[in-house]
Amino acid sequence: MAESIQDIQEEIVDEFGMFDDWMPKYDYLIELGKELPLIDEQYKTEDRLIKGCQSRVWLHAELNDGKVVFTADSDAIITKGIISLLVRVLSNQEPEAIVNADMAFIDEIDLKEHLSPTRANGLVSMIKQMKYYALAFQAKKEQ
Amino acid sequence: MISDSKHTVLDIEKIRAEFPILHQEVNKRPLAYFDNAASSQKPQVVIDAISNYYSTINSNIHRGVHHLSQLATDAYEQSREKIRKHLNAEKKHEIIFTKGTTDSINLVANGFRQLLQEGDEIIVSAMEHHSNIVPWQLAAKEKGAIIRVIPMNDNAELIFEEYQKLLNEKTKIVAFNHISNALGTINPVKEMIAEAHKYNVPVMVDGAQAIPHTLVDVQDLDADFYCFSSHKVYGPTGIGILYGKEEWLEKLPPYQGGGEMIKEVSFEGTTYAELPHKFEAGTPHIEGGIVLGTAIDYINTIGVENIAAHEHALMEYALEKLGTIEGFNLIGSAKNKAAVISFLIDGIHPYDAGTILDKLGIAVRTGHHCAQPTMSRFNIPGTVRASFAVYNTYEEIDRLHEGLLKVKQMFA
Ligand SMILES: Cc1ncc(COP(=O)(O)O)c(C=O)c1O
Repeated sequence: MAESIQDIQEEIVDEFGMFDDWMPKYDYLIELGKELPLIDEQYKTEDRLIKGCQSRVWLHAELNDGKVVFTADSDAIITKGIISLLVRVLSNQEPEAIVNADMAFIDEIDLKEHLSPTRANGLVSMIKQMKYYALAFQAKKEQ
Repeated sequence: MISDSKHTVLDIEKIRAEFPILHQEVNKRPLAYFDNAASSQKPQVVIDAISNYYSTINSNIHRGVHHLSQLATDAYEQSREKIRKHLNAEKKHEIIFTKGTTDSINLVANGFRQLLQEGDEIIVSAMEHHSNIVPWQLAAKEKGAIIRVIPMNDNAELIFEEYQKLLNEKTKIVAFNHISNALGTINPVKEMIAEAHKYNVPVMVDGAQAIPHTLVDVQDLDADFYCFSSHKVYGPTGIGILYGKEEWLEKLPPYQGGGEMIKEVSFEGTTYAELPHKFEAGTPHIEGGIVLGTAIDYINTIGVENIAAHEHALMEYALEKLGTIEGFNLIGSAKNKAAVISFLIDGIHPYDAGTILDKLGIAVRTGHHCAQPTMSRFNIPGTVRASFAVYNTYEEIDRLHEGLLKVKQMFA
């Protein structure tokens, strides 16, 4: 049985609990950003691009064995680090779980400034887009 | 460290003390504010003037017979006169209060839309803010007119010979900025205007970035339209100025309808008020208009030339200092350049750099600066931009330098 969205979020909150200052936290995010498995080049297309004013995000989704698999990329590394967390939480989950997911962990690890609309880095739209994909897969399944 | 006193006659510490917002910590570090091209901070006199207005003379203008209305109207009109004098406009009614630069350009573009015919041409430059592109595109699209673009060279200077080639009998208006917000380039406004006038073509100058740093004489430039925003020149937001030559303002149709802009209204037809009221429909941003006058007084007390000299010295210092960082790329190296440094560091995305600088208490702007065509010209998605104001110090630039070294270390 795979871990639930809730469990993964708690794990991440625990991991980030180790950092008592912004710098090691961002070093970690940067590391995650660098390690993020790249989206397959063929999917880095205009229709998978989420345009933020500040940074750009590509998102691809597939249904694999009833679960949604996300891959994503960005041109900015901090954005990529956060993408890596979002993918870790929402990828390989059932569509319904993704649709209903509450992403409270972002607040708890104090990264919500990156999800504020003024940042315009594509992340807010990315979460929305992930849920749309899940919803579409869910609708397909129910047909 | 080079001390301020070597470069300017200004006591920067004393000036800083007048800006309450600067004395705070951001992420536990003293704030270093380098986003002045987006909006500048406000001195205490400006902040006080806002509350004084509401504490003493607030009421609607140009319509009451009562005492307060008279005082508010007088203050508003005195401010208009101050701005006339500051720009050296010939007539007070050539000064129109607007919401800001964007609003001023829309006012003029909307007027020209009604004068345009199919096949007419509008010239803009390749280094414009979206505010000085989109209103012209809207006007052109509706009338089947064509937008022509003055190209720039690799140093971010407009190519004068190319501009000359674009001008012809079909040109209806030329619009460009005095100083580019994304690159800092100071354009040869006077020469460009003279060139357009050879064809009797009017010129609209976007002075948003110029008014905080330069003394502008609209008669000497012979500008047909010149505009700026109060919030970039130490004044309140939501107010700005359009200067227009009387003959042009008379020619243009009104922008918005409403109170204040009419002479007589009946359902058969309406006659418009005289300038400047023809373009000032509705109750204006009264306090903003008055306090913009306070902000103009403020820069004149310090001396615009003194401000420019200090900012220029800061820019030179910053270019020298940041230039030592490996992989530092300046975007916009025009010979004639104002207090803006737009740059990239090899291999580091502007968003990443900006995020870490913010953690260090340093406010810069990152992204395309509302000038996407400018970014495309240099084949980049955006830049990091540090822009200077009178209250910036050499020490803050040292911190920016250290911050960028930290950024490099973190993303290496
Ligand atoms: C050159 C230039 N033009 C126009 C604008 C738009 O000014 P506002 O948003 O105050 O209307 C700006 C401000 O960013 C600018 O720098």
